[in-house]
Order: sequence, then structure tokens, then C-alpha cells
Amino acid sequence: MGVPWGLGVLQGVDLECIRGQRRLFSKLSFTVQAGEALWVSGPNGSGKTSLLRILCTLLAPESGEVRWRGRPVRELGEAYRAGLTYIGHAVAVKDDLSSLENLRFALAQDGCRVAEAALIDTLARFGLAGREELPARVLSQGQRRRVSLARLPFCADRALWILDEPLTALDVQAVELMHALITAHLVRGGVVVLTSHQPIDLKDVSVQHLRMVD
Amino acid sequence: MEAVLDATPDRRTGLLAVFSSVVQRDLLLAMRRRADVLTSFFFFIIVVSLFPLGVGPEPNTLREIAPGVVWVAALLASMLALHRLLAADYADGTLEQLVLSPKPLSLLMLGKMLAHWLVTGIPLILIAPLLGLQFDLPGPALAVMALGLLLGTPVLSMLGAIGAALTLGVRGASGLIALLVLPLYIPVLIFGAGAVSAAVSGLSVEGHLSMLAAFLLFSAVIAPWAAAAAVRIAVE
Repeated sequence: MGVPWGLGVLQGVDLECIRGQRRLFSKLSFTVQAGEALWVSGPNGSGKTSLLRILCTLLAPESGEVRWRGRPVRELGEAYRAGLTYIGHAVAVKDDLSSLENLRFALAQDGCRVAEAALIDTLARFGLAGREELPARVLSQGQRRRVSLARLPFCADRALWILDEPLTALDVQAVELMHALITAHLVRGGVVVLTSHQPIDLKDVSVQHLRMVD
Repeated sequence: MEAVLDATPDRRTGLLAVFSSVVQRDLLLAMRRRADVLTSFFFFIIVVSLFPLGVGPEPNTLREIAPGVVWVAALLASMLALHRLLAADYADGTLEQLVLSPKPLSLLMLGKMLAHWLVTGIPLILIAPLLGLQFDLPGPALAVMALGLLLGTPVLSMLGAIGAALTLGVRGASGLIALLVLPLYIPVLIFGAGAVSAAVSGLSVEGHLSMLAAFLLFSAVIAPWAAAAAVRIAVE
């Protein structure tokens, strides 16, 4: 395949995805370098979420494979998942738990223990100051998404971020914060794959645009 | 902003910490939705208490039906909460996160089974001897019943979790779970009720309890793995 170790970090090779009776995409190939973002856009139902789920091994491609640092991710298994953060369209926020508890358990499940003060501080930066103890049930859609995104600052050591529509329902301020988080991750050599309908405004970092067609 | 970006996680936490976080979260959720927990508990009490009223106060008949009644009620009560075991996690995306955890999914499933047992199994074990009094069961038989439930109810939670995982995303899942899981419960029912019957007749209960212990060990090995495989298919 001729890609030096560690350079072509994330690769999709001839990916094909069939959902139900429909072929969403086929012969889809791309290479993302370290410090580069892959912005996937396209109309609803064009297979953006399916592509992201294939990249994080939740979904098996019909044919083709995903490679991480030159090796198929199916082979890497746990080692691949240990370097991966996925925030899906479903935000994994429990209605009956407070924002603080949601964040704490999301991180604990990730094998990550963080001091209470740091959690509260992070939630505050995500615009949830004073709402840490409220059950997620009473939060708005955008606030619930913020709770799930508040994990990201603690995932700096995970090389690959896969974010499905992270900017949906966020206000201008939160979108700016997300841009800053993503930029910082790319600068430190991480890889970010994200879907978004709104234009991605990342300065001084390289963004590859993958347009899915219906 | 810098402070956020520089937050350093402590990832030295091991398998046990992740396992216990899964258990803790489910227990906390159960505490927040106490009505669900109390429903299966009172269902058990009421079903068991209806029989002496329906059958009549003949001590010999009551002693004879007691083991079967208590165990069947325990099976049904433990099944009541099953459809909630994984369905909510499936709907809100939590299950995807568990699947993507670098820790073994089977272990995380074992955590969910343990939480289910702590919430539904333990209360049954504690109240069952009291309910046994309504059936005029002698003291030793009550002790054997509690011991049998202690060995048997974790098996119910574990096998039930397989059923819950297999029916994820299926319409009418709660009915289907019953059809899938109840046949699997039969061995536990036979030996659980058999132990109490033997104790009532003054026979040795060791064989029955050993079988229950064997089922417990067997499901502890097989069920987490089977549930994990079913969950992987469901999230796809």
C-alpha cells in the first residue's frame, strides 16, 4: 500500500455500504494524515452516519476496509478502540441523571477518572454553569449535546475523534468552543472526522472535504 | 479556554473501575426510577399472596404448592424489568459507547446483569421467607428457599439479559423476551422448587442446591459473552 507508518493515519479503502436494499456508497477511498480533519457533508440519507459508524467499527462495511496506521482496524480491535472517541448522533445522555453525573459516568466508562472540580469547570465552559445538578430531562436539545461534548477536553490523548453532527443545535458560542477544541486536537497531531451541514471554519489547519452524493 | 484544552485525564483506572462504574450508574438510575423497581417487588408479593387466598387454608395443600408458586412468581417478577435492562441504553446511544469501550464488552454486560440482580433479585430473596410463612412452610424449608433464590436469581438476571439483548430494536420486545427467556428458566425452576419440596419432605437438598450452583457458574461464563455478541449485532 506504500504508506509510511504513522503518516497516512486513517485510511478508507474501497469502502462499500449497503443499508436495507440501498447501496449508500461504494468504492469510497480516502486518506487522512495526522493533524488533518475530514469533513463529511452531503444530503440526509447519503450515508454520512453509516460511514462514521464504519470508521469506528460499529458497522462492518459490505466490502473494503478501514486502516489505522496502515493496519486494518478489525485486526487492531481493542488497541484501535483505546485510541478512539466517538460521539454519535444519539448523545448517550441519561434523562434521570444530572449533567455532572452524566459526564462523570461517560468518562468513567472510558476508563478515565477526573476530579469533581475539573468536571464542574468543564461544564461551565460548555455553558452549563449552575445547571450541573439539574436532571438532563429539563435541559434543551443543545444543552444535552453540550453535556455529551464536554467529554472531549478529557479525550486529548485519544488520537482519533469521530464526531457525528457535533454542531447540531449548538449556539454560536458553543460552535466557537468546538472549533477551538477541534483545532487544538489537530495541532497536537490528532485526527478528527466529523459530519456537519454547516461550513467548518477551521483556520491554520488542513481540512479535507468529503462530499457524499445521494 | 486553555484550562479546558489542557485537562489531563487519569487513565490508569483499570477493568474493575470501569466495571463498577457500569454497576453504579445502573443502580443510580434504578434509584431515580424507584417506581419501576417497586413494581416488580410488589408484583412478586401480590402474586405469591393470592394463592393462599385462592386455594384455601388447607395447610398440606399450601405446603405442597408453595415451592412452585414462589419460584414461578420469582421468574415472572425478574422478567418484568428485563425489557428496560438494555432498551433505554440502546435508544439513547449509551450501548454504542459500551461497545466502543476498549474494555471487554462481556465484562460490561456482566456489570449490567449484576446491577439488575441487585435491584430485582435481592429484594425477592429477603422477602420470600416471610411470604413462605403464609404457606405454613417450616423453618428449614424457608432457609432453603432463601438459599435457592440466592443461587437462582442471578441466573435469571443473566439469562434474561441475553433475551433483552436479542430483542433490542424489535417491536413488541417485552412479549418476545418472555417467549425467549421463560424456556431457559425451566432448569432453575425445577431445581429451585425441587430444593424447597425436598426440604419440606425432610430429604437432602444438597443435590438441588449443587445443581443451582452449577447453573450459576455456567451462566456466569456463557451469558456475558452471549449478551455481548447479541448487543454487537444489535448496534450495527
